[in-house]
Amino acid sequence: MNAQMAGGGGDSLWFEHWHTKLFILWVFFMALVSLSVYLQMNAEMLVRRRDTLKTMCEGRARMLENQFLASMNHVRALTALFTTLHISKQIAMFNQETFSQYAESTAFERPLMSGVAYADRVLHEDRESFEMSHGWTIKEMFSKEKQQVFEEYAPATMSQDTVSYLTSLDMMSGQEDRENILRARASGKGALTNPFRLLESKHLGVVFTFAVYSIHLPPDATPDERVKATAGYLGGAFDVETLVENLLHGFPGSEMIAVNVYDITNELCPLVMYGHTNVSKSENTYVSSLDFGDPQRKHEMRCRYNEDALPPWTAISTSVGIFVIGFLVGHMLHASRNRIDKVEENCRMFKELKVLADEASVAKSQFLATVSHEIRTPMNGVLGMLQMLMDTRLDATQQDYARTAQASGKALITLINEVLDQAKIESGRLELEAVPFDLCAILDDVLSLFSGKSRDEGIELAVYISEKVPSILIGDPGRFRQIIINLVGNSIKFTERGHIFVCVHLSEDMEMVMEGSDYSGDDDDYSDWEVDGPGCVPLDMKCNQFNTLSGYETADDRNSWETFELLLAQEQHSYNPDHDDHHWNFSDGNDVVNLVVSVEDTGVGIPLHVQERVFTPFMQADSSTSRTYGGTGIGLSISKCLVELMSGKMRFVSRPKIGSTFTFTAKFQQMHNSVHESMLRNTNSVLQVRLLPTCFQGMQALVVDGRPVRSEVTRHHLRRLGVQVMLILSLSQSECSAAAFHSTVGGGIDMILVDKDAWGAGTGIRFPHMLCQSASEHLRQRNKYFASSVGLSHGFIAARLPKMMLVATSMTDNEHKLARENGFTDSVVIKPLRASMLSACLQQALGVWNRRDQGRELREGSRSLHKLLSGKRVLVVDDNPVNRRVAEGALLKYGAQVECVNSGRAAIVKLKPPHNFDACFMDVQMPEMDGFEATEIIRKAEMEASECMSGGILTKYHPVRIPILAMTADVIQATQAECLLCGMDGYVAKPFEEQQLYNAVAHFFEAGYV
Amino acid sequence: MDVAKLLQQHVDLMDDMFKEGLLDEQFNQLQQLQDESNPNFLEEVVSLFFEDSQRILENMTETIGKDPIDYKVIDSQVHQFKGSSSSIGAQRVKNVCVTFRTYCDKEDKKGCQDALEEVGEEYNLIKKKLETMLELEKQIVAIGGTLPFMEGC
Repeated sequence: MNAQMAGGGGDSLWFEHWHTKLFILWVFFMALVSLSVYLQMNAEMLVRRRDTLKTMCEGRARMLENQFLASMNHVRALTALFTTLHISKQIAMFNQETFSQYAESTAFERPLMSGVAYADRVLHEDRESFEMSHGWTIKEMFSKEKQQVFEEYAPATMSQDTVSYLTSLDMMSGQEDRENILRARASGKGALTNPFRLLESKHLGVVFTFAVYSIHLPPDATPDERVKATAGYLGGAFDVETLVENLLHGFPGSEMIAVNVYDITNELCPLVMYGHTNVSKSENTYVSSLDFGDPQRKHEMRCRYNEDALPPWTAISTSVGIFVIGFLVGHMLHASRNRIDKVEENCRMFKELKVLADEASVAKSQFLATVSHEIRTPMNGVLGMLQMLMDTRLDATQQDYARTAQASGKALITLINEVLDQAKIESGRLELEAVPFDLCAILDDVLSLFSGKSRDEGIELAVYISEKVPSILIGDPGRFRQIIINLVGNSIKFTERGHIFVCVHLSEDMEMVMEGSDYSGDDDDYSDWEVDGPGCVPLDMKCNQFNTLSGYETADDRNSWETFELLLAQEQHSYNPDHDDHHWNFSDGNDVVNLVVSVEDTGVGIPLHVQERVFTPFMQADSSTSRTYGGTGIGLSISKCLVELMSGKMRFVSRPKIGSTFTFTAKFQQMHNSVHESMLRNTNSVLQVRLLPTCFQGMQALVVDGRPVRSEVTRHHLRRLGVQVMLILSLSQSECSAAAFHSTVGGGIDMILVDKDAWGAGTGIRFPHMLCQSASEHLRQRNKYFASSVGLSHGFIAARLPKMMLVATSMTDNEHKLARENGFTDSVVIKPLRASMLSACLQQALGVWNRRDQGRELREGSRSLHKLLSGKRVLVVDDNPVNRRVAEGALLKYGAQVECVNSGRAAIVKLKPPHNFDACFMDVQMPEMDGFEATEIIRKAEMEASECMSGGILTKYHPVRIPILAMTADVIQATQAECLLCGMDGYVAKPFEEQQLYNAVAHFFEAGYV
Repeated sequence: MDVAKLLQQHVDLMDDMFKEGLLDEQFNQLQQLQDESNPNFLEEVVSLFFEDSQRILENMTETIGKDPIDYKVIDSQVHQFKGSSSSIGAQRVKNVCVTFRTYCDKEDKKGCQDALEEVGEEYNLIKKKLETMLELEKQIVAIGGTLPFMEGC
């Protein structure tokens, strides 16, 4: 069975046969076992039964034999007595009376005998005298009549009382008795008759006869002698039927068995001696031989059970039990084996199905990817053509059609891209890049993407990045952008008022703050959030109830001022503010940066019942959502997958009618400390972001805003430009005074930025007016004399005020006018704030230009180039007019006098000595004659000229050898080697790069080459 | 129109072009080459680029249209186009030219046709954007604004 269990694999059909066969065999085997058990038990029982029978039978036989022999011995002893008496002629001592008495008293010695009798031997000649002496005639035994004449007679003369009827009967008249008498007197030993019916009692019995001799006979006497010497006979009757019955009944269990005693002298015809039923000799019969002391006769006892043996119930039940148990065990194992097979088969089927399903899934994804890709290519064509079509002259309707078509096409492309992403993610083929990128720039980009819409709807869009977040991270900028775009796009879609706030922190800080504060999610007591601090101007309670970016309630309060303040404190705590050298001194040595990015909106929120399905692809809140807001609902699912690829997690908190906050974490690498940011910006095209202008370094700004969160955002953007920021959060008198003092009297403040909605819609516009008042008041108090004597006018104050800028989400023309009237003469900064926008506005307002302060080394570099090239005559050789013009422009800028030609041949003509050029920039690859060839010819011409010169013809001014620099786009080693080989003096990369140009040129001009 | 608004549009446009990889650092340098002594430098270069490109594109279309194609000719034309586009910093045009040249090396007719189409599209794109930019700059200058990249004060 175990072997069966251990089997595995192989053909299932064979399998089934295999163990079914085994099961059948097992059943057969168990049947055999139980049969053999049955047989063995049965045989044992039979043996036991026979043994019992044997014991019982033998016991009876031996007892019978003993009693029989005892009886016979006593008769023999009586015979010996009679013989002795005859020999001594004293037989007359016994008469009937004495004999009967004696026999009676010794009857216990002969337990099986019914009685004994003595008969005289009477010859026929003596008959008369004998009859006379006894007074009776000799009678025939059965008829009791007078005996006929025979040769001799044996009339019984003495008998025991029990057989007294024998007296006077001739014993030789009975067949059995006669034979017996004859045999007994001839042998001299006792003889037994066949069993026969005894006289009177008619019981079955045998007669035992001894001969009594009148003389003493020797042991070897012949039968004749014995016959002659015979005087009489002593006989005893065994009433077997009665007496043996009595004897046997004394044994225990006599009713169980039937006992028969047979005379088997004639073996062919055994004579029944005792027994009610005939017991034939069979295997159920036990036969025990008997010796009754007559060698002529043989007897045996046959015993058998009265009843047939009972069926062997024990054996039957035992064997049946064994069989049943065996069968059940076999069946169980067989069934379980079948079950296992079935389960294995199922399992195998499931595995196959799973493989099929997986393959189908992969195939689906691949199909999607392929199809999406294939659709994209022609779609790009369609879009490009549409674009070109729109560039042509179209009337308004046509333009509108074309625009609609293009918008639809773009939407389709977006959808296809999303599906492609989804497919890629599902088939596991999406791999993330690891390149350096500028986080701030990406967020700025995203903001600018959505700025139009947010401006139109008056939604505040803001980004805040913790200062501890390194500005350059290594990761996948495209995918990060995609996530942010998805989230912000989603928010924009579902938000009609309030704000969308993107916030980036280090997750360590976030965790510490979250642990530190009693942050308990949504169940906070909202009254804590209100801003009714002391000294605050009463706010418009309706929309300023919550201290968030825009004052609207948000779903997750992690960006409310309470949490934000803690975060800022946490960040300040470990942030080292005095590093400005664009190195990142990140405190932990760990290279991994864990970011927490949250995108918070105050939109419609996600209905509770769909919140768990938000990340399922193509799942939107309900079908009406897509009708109302459009979109496919795939973006969030992709974003989530992307975040997971960045080993982060995305979660959200959303409350219907209040808003949603999506938060995700992401892991990025940070750049190695030794890598300089500006190096990256110059060499790495991935960054592709121009360095922020440095001209605002060290300036000071005052930010006036009633909302702490918003003011922090403004501060964050200004700080990126290197501007130091002071905040004014309330309009209280003292703070205004301080601000006025700092800005006017204290000096040092370069600009004041006021939020348009600082204390409610449009309130910020009036700020300059208030400031002027407050400042004049302040000055008056400080210096009464000065104030009263000079008489400060608003105009005076206003003139001395720093540049005022209004920060607004959107401005109507009316508001523009109002702002101008109130003193915002300088600029209006339209939100969302971005570094590039802000710097442009500041430049506009302050009249500070980037160039002026941008990197002194650059200016020095260009100055020294200027010095080198100033007044030099340079020939530019390039067939490409654009290149030519660019090179010319660049060289002109450094003060060189430039002449251009468009081919190698022209250059040869120009440079034919004598000439007055100081240097030549030659394109390498030109049609007709390339730069190398031209250079060789020029060099040859110079050689000839110098030979002429050495011949004495001196021209006033010409270089022996004009420096020729190759201009080439492929800056590779081979080109350089080739340049030098054909007589050029160096090369500059096209397009010109200042430093390289300087290096190349300086080599000749500084070393006094000319 | 307000100067601030125009300036903002200008900044947005420039940002867009850099972000989409239409332009690279070279264009920045060109902008810096423009100064009082050379006030229309950028416009001049850009117009030159347009003229030149138009011519090269026509030539290339002609060359490609012939059968058999003279790959040497087309290669040199692409090289010219690559040169001028890289001079002006039209990065994407330049990149397409690079792949175009590999097709020329391989004498891959289909590849060349596709590349020509692509380079044309890229060129049209940058052309449109640059024209918009120049238009904006003109407007800014016209109402007395200063271009951010110019040395103003």
